[in-house]
Amino acid sequence: MSKHASPTLPAPVLWTRGDMDRFFETLRKEGYQPVGPTLRDGAIVYDTLSSTRDLPVGWGDEQEPGAYRLRKRGDEALFGYVVGPQSWKQYLFPPRRKLWSADRAAGGLEFKPSAEAPPKYAFIGVRGCELHALQVQDKAFLEGPYADPYYRAVREGSLVVAVNCGTSAATCFCASMGTGPKVERGFDLALTELLDGGQRFVVEAGSARGAKFVDELSPQAAAPEDLAEAARVVERTAATLRRKVEPGGLRELLARNLEHPRWDEVASRCQTCANCTLVCPTCFCSTVEDVSDLTGEHAERWRRWDSCFTFDHSYLHGGAVRASAMSRYRQWLTHKFGTWHDQFGVSGCVGCGRCISWCPVGIDVTEELAAIRANDLGKDGEHAHP
Amino acid sequence: MARARKASPKKAPRRAKPAPKRTAASAPRLPKLAVWKFASCDGCQLSLLDCEDELLAVAGKIQIANFMEATRAVVDGPYDLSLVEGSITTPHDAERIQEVRRTSKFLVTIGACATAGGIQALRNFADVEEFTRAVYATPAYISTLKTSTPIAAHVRVDYELRGCPINKAQLVEVLSAFLHRRRPNVPDQSVCVECKLRGNVCVAVAHGTPCLGPVTHAGCGAICPSFDRGCYGCYGPKERANPAGLRPWLGRHGLDAGAVRRVFGTFNVGSDAFKQEHEAHG
Ligand code: SF4
Ligand code: SF4
Ligand code: SF4
Repeated sequence: MSKHASPTLPAPVLWTRGDMDRFFETLRKEGYQPVGPTLRDGAIVYDTLSSTRDLPVGWGDEQEPGAYRLRKRGDEALFGYVVGPQSWKQYLFPPRRKLWSADRAAGGLEFKPSAEAPPKYAFIGVRGCELHALQVQDKAFLEGPYADPYYRAVREGSLVVAVNCGTSAATCFCASMGTGPKVERGFDLALTELLDGGQRFVVEAGSARGAKFVDELSPQAAAPEDLAEAARVVERTAATLRRKVEPGGLRELLARNLEHPRWDEVASRCQTCANCTLVCPTCFCSTVEDVSDLTGEHAERWRRWDSCFTFDHSYLHGGAVRASAMSRYRQWLTHKFGTWHDQFGVSGCVGCGRCISWCPVGIDVTEELAAIRANDLGKDGEHAHP
Repeated sequence: MARARKASPKKAPRRAKPAPKRTAASAPRLPKLAVWKFASCDGCQLSLLDCEDELLAVAGKIQIANFMEATRAVVDGPYDLSLVEGSITTPHDAERIQEVRRTSKFLVTIGACATAGGIQALRNFADVEEFTRAVYATPAYISTLKTSTPIAAHVRVDYELRGCPINKAQLVEVLSAFLHRRRPNVPDQSVCVECKLRGNVCVAVAHGTPCLGPVTHAGCGAICPSFDRGCYGCYGPKERANPAGLRPWLGRHGLDAGAVRRVFGTFNVGSDAFKQEHEAHG
């Protein structure tokens, strides 16, 4: 494990499974609601955790384009799997949220902003790719003139407990996006689960808020051998990563290939179902729905997840700007890997592979990018159509 | 509150009695709601009956003018809003729907029969006379069309609400929207979007269950996947559905060509995207 972030932070410590249990108790005492991976309906989803027993103990996952299966690992690992169909965005940017309601009152309408105070979450088991996804979404929700107050309240109130990946899925490509499998920054605590030679956890504090838990729970510094083993765990995982995106000049590559024939080919398979965007931890699009009851006395405005794959998303008077599947798929891929850089100065993709696994027809962004690169239409793309 | 406005003179019903005149002093006229049945099972109308709590809340605000499932009392047209259930399968129905259109300011079709032709649209792919001979003792008494067609194939339709049967919450939403002159929130996206909004784990990806969710119009709230089953496509195709792209995956999840033909040959077989996929396998 690398040097800790600041000289004022404690040195990495070693926790047992029992310490992990005590950590959960401490979290609750401190007013945090722990949320994180748990088994439901044949997958590892994120939900409220009451103790380490709610984690997918001993479970792993196998993923490939369009397929996800749970597998017993044959050990008692707490974090022996990777990312599933859900992401932390469901807590920061909930699928549906009421923005305001209005009631007819004497002399007009009475508006009530929706003012729920979010819980103080402890996000347990945030992966390298996911830490980056949080930072990517921060740019959309916190920067600029229209910050989202709910997102801000959750983000500032929550404790981020990261995990260095001890395994990868066939759909992961974090290394080529520079986001994992090692967690580098943006966490309060980072865990590495060691399994060889007995289950134990190397715990590193990344903030003063995280350091408090380290100090309270275990003043015991991790031994050099444990730190060396923790470093080997991530190295081994990095070596298992099979998928990758050729990173150089993606923005330019896509910009000069807007008329590439591959867009029509992928559109023949794409369902425009929106699954990829809804599972993506960085996608932030929403729409608002106004509802009124039958009496017309009460109205509400709700925000809900939307996607560039829906027809309504680009609907202006007279029709949708992106009516065809081709134009919608092209919007998704060119935004994620190209124009996101113009908009936010970073890639919109963090390489988590969710969109590959959860696409019902197994469309793979890495394969689509490779196909376009393999037949680059050149600098004057639109005219160089083969 | 937005009241139903009177129909513009251009669209004023020709054969109906004029609506009572409003004087400055009189209370506003209650919007009149009518429900019409064509070839169908009545299930969608029952969804409306099932809205009794919601309808009671507006009992003083709308007048149920024609709803045979609920009451035999009939109030003459014209109607502010007509809900039409069922498909057109007889020459008599084909005439009757014209009359309904003439007496209705807004006409909203409800359910797979009215919006796509229903399960009875399977006759469009077969010999109706042969069916009639097989089913009826005296086929000569049967006067029927060779096809079952959606209402929109006959008259202008202001709004289509999909489903077999329709979703009660969506029906209330459409009624509210029409009564208050706003756009109904009835998105034409995939069932997958509803799964993801609910936090469902995808039954196709995680369990290998064949599921029509990606090609199917949202509206049910993803009921079947929420109970660990694949989507059967009751709401018909979503906008620009691409069943041909889903085909290899339905195969991978265990459906052979005959099964694919059958899953697309149900309540919405009359809608283009499902019809094409039904015929492609057979
Ligand atoms: S993409 Fe990398 S960081 Fe993310 S889960 Fe996979 S191995 Fe871990
Ligand atoms: S585009 Fe795909 S791989 Fe990239 S962050 Fe989104 S879901 Fe993950
Ligand atoms: S790429 Fe896959 S998940 Fe995304 S809209 Fe197309 S079919 Fe759906």
